[in-house]
Amino acid sequence: MIVPLMRKKFVEELEWIDEEEMLNLVAISQSAPGPIAVNAAIMVGYRIAGVPGVFVSIFGTVLPPLIIITVIAQFYAAFKENRIVNALLLGMRAGVAAVIIDVIIEMAGKILKTKDKISIMIMIIALAADIIFDVNAALIIILSGVFGALYYNVFKKGTGHDFD
Amino acid sequence: MFLKRGQVMILIELFWSFFQIGLFSIGGGYAALPLIQRQVLEVHNWLTMEEFTDVLTISQMTPGPISLNASTFVGTKVAGHIGSIVATIGCITPSCIIVLILAYFYFKYKNLSSIQGILKGLRPAVVSLIASAGLSILLLAVFKSEDVTIWNMKSSDINYISITMLAVAVFVLRKYNADPIKVMIATGIAGVFVYGVL
Repeated sequence: MIVPLMRKKFVEELEWIDEEEMLNLVAISQSAPGPIAVNAAIMVGYRIAGVPGVFVSIFGTVLPPLIIITVIAQFYAAFKENRIVNALLLGMRAGVAAVIIDVIIEMAGKILKTKDKISIMIMIIALAADIIFDVNAALIIILSGVFGALYYNVFKKGTGHDFD
Repeated sequence: MFLKRGQVMILIELFWSFFQIGLFSIGGGYAALPLIQRQVLEVHNWLTMEEFTDVLTISQMTPGPISLNASTFVGTKVAGHIGSIVATIGCITPSCIIVLILAYFYFKYKNLSSIQGILKGLRPAVVSLIASAGLSILLLAVFKSEDVTIWNMKSSDINYISITMLAVAVFVLRKYNADPIKVMIATGIAGVFVYGVL
């Protein structure tokens, strides 16, 4: 989502960074924890104007959701009382569930298609750990990251394939 | 501005919860979903499952990352404007620290390969966690009651209208690669007719 917007603004309009560097910045933004838009803002801000640039670009990124959701949150309680709005949200609930099912099929399908036994194993173990054994999500993320770092960087260096 | 002691505690809890959400949501998009669900619904009872799903609906319709939208919504609900700002800052603080460190090393060495291994291990687990969070949203859409889990579902609670809309929506999304926002608006309008008018 953010890649085409960033390319148009930073590469084409402002010519602050070139195409290849932008893709590297996006790759780092996607690898780091937290919202990708914020991470990308930090990378670009740092590249263009150092630490002050980081603060300015973060401010610009968080302001729109802060304002938009604040306005919606003000009306939410009143809206919820309305019968029609309630029916609308109830209907949309099915739509959101469908969108998330679509995303999960897409993401899981991508992993299954690689036929990488290790990835598929991680996926199954993580699902079981979360649903059946109720293991903390943060712990599952840390363990799978540590496992990936050891397995792909130490034991199997240079092999394997990239996603996306 | 003077804050009461209880309010300061709530703000600290908000900051810490969203700090953890920011710290462990890796992979963008829906990766924050399971973490928001855990912090906001399970650790703290800041939102009900219904409100959580409504936040997701709103997030789909508006620009901006889900975790930031949730920060503002939950922060506002729990502690007003100051709450939304504190939660947002909590959510982006891990990014600021970690990405600045990564940025520093990247511009110094321009080497990315070592973090790729971590990501390869992480991505399948993130998919599973999103699937698990998705399951609770699915259950809310399919059953009438709030506290249904996979362990205690009853066929008498099934909302058949919702299941039908869900099935049609998934079909349209998969088969015709439809725009998610349009699909959600369509199920919303269908909801108005079915639940509101009839």
